[in-house]
Amino acid sequence: MTITMIDYGGSNLRSVQKALAFVGAQVEVTADPTIVMRAEKLVLPGVGAFAPAMAALRERGLDEAIIAAVHRQVPLLGICLGMQLLFEVSEEMGEHEGLGLVRGRVVRFPANGLVIPHMGWNQIIPTREHPLLAEVTPGSYSYFVHSYYCEPTNAAALLAASDYGHPFAAIIAQGNIYGIQFHPEKSQQVGLQILRNFVEL
Amino acid sequence: MLAKRIIPCLDVHNGRVVKGINFINLVDAGDPVAQAQVYDAEGADELVFLDITATHEARQTVMSMARAVADQVFIPFTVGGGIRTVDDMRAMLRSGADKISLNSAAVRSPELITQGAEAFGSQAIVIAIDARRKEFQVPGSRFQLSRSEFRVSSSESPLSTLAPSQPSALSPLSWEVVINGGRVQTGLDVVQWAIEVAQRGAGEILLTSMDADGTKAGYDIALTRAVAETVNIPVIASGGAGRVEHFAQALTEGGAAAALAASLFHFNELRIREVKAYLRENGIAVR
Repeated sequence: MTITMIDYGGSNLRSVQKALAFVGAQVEVTADPTIVMRAEKLVLPGVGAFAPAMAALRERGLDEAIIAAVHRQVPLLGICLGMQLLFEVSEEMGEHEGLGLVRGRVVRFPANGLVIPHMGWNQIIPTREHPLLAEVTPGSYSYFVHSYYCEPTNAAALLAASDYGHPFAAIIAQGNIYGIQFHPEKSQQVGLQILRNFVEL
Repeated sequence: MLAKRIIPCLDVHNGRVVKGINFINLVDAGDPVAQAQVYDAEGADELVFLDITATHEARQTVMSMARAVADQVFIPFTVGGGIRTVDDMRAMLRSGADKISLNSAAVRSPELITQGAEAFGSQAIVIAIDARRKEFQVPGSRFQLSRSEFRVSSSESPLSTLAPSQPSALSPLSWEVVINGGRVQTGLDVVQWAIEVAQRGAGEILLTSMDADGTKAGYDIALTRAVAETVNIPVIASGGAGRVEHFAQALTEGGAAAALAASLFHFNELRIREVKAYLRENGIAVR
């Protein structure tokens, strides 16, 4: 199984790529929309701000290629900012439209006494059973770094929650679309297991 | 719940891991990737690599080390030492480091913090502050607070016996920022500098007590607390860890989000898993 990682510039893909390879995946990295459209499985990584990332996807025609692949039932995993890009709209530095593959918004953690960004190891609590979470113990710690989080309109999209001031979406799954807010490539055994599960889906 | 972090620090010279006691007497002790894997397996939450090679030519060596670590170790790591420009930061982050740490360069050019945070995000910018207790004037005498005044009992283990000295009569305690491994005084007040670096967009403060470093008598809790209470970014306590209780103290009374140690772990005097077991028993959330 080849995993196609979408490279839209700026983001450091190396760690995700190496983690996927570590769990046995063949990984190709591409910025070419025609390759994305033909992919068997897609990973959309991301570090940085929402608006420039979305602009970079559009500039290369990658937004339409991702949407076309998803409609073809290709599994798509968005990681961190990559998860947020799956949603309709983000409040990061104004209002910005995302890929709109999952209904809902990306909002900022309220600053009432919380340290922002939410950075460090936090527990993930599955809300339902799913092959993406096979062999993952409920309450396992994963490594998060983010100031914004996703609010899916449809609660059924939630797969695991974490708590920082209040519960928020740590993982979502809606059909063939998956999103992980934390960094599985930096979450040691837990993260590697989830990536392995995605590879084996 | 967000876990408290335990972070081993590995000093790197010419791509090899070494550790100085109070920044001198280096002992060659290993391959960075092998060390990182051991710490990862031991339950380290993050790693800090501190490059103590002075020359600019060594940058390539450190970058290839970062690449090798990032390829094989799946926890976050920071690289510090010798980073002087935004380009240096970019090169290190591109090599696979999750965060870079600035120390002397930030003191000399504070705008580097702002530029780094804008370019790479606050989460990637750690500011290392080396702190030394200031001398005091009291009527009729002039003296320096000695180590014994904030020393913890070494004969008993319960946390309750580890109360740090309160500032009380000698208040207010204050600390000066020192650079170049403690050799150069800056005149900057540590708490004021911590406020500035946070305002400039630093994501974390790695706070080392130069008085406590190497003593194994415990972190400087008053220092840690003074900074942690003032800034709204995580503080990593560093310098002085010798026993499991010291970690608990830094993470509770000190208000630190993480505790760092080097030689203690490096020479296997204490295992990370022992530290975590103790913290867990004492109700502190750890991974």
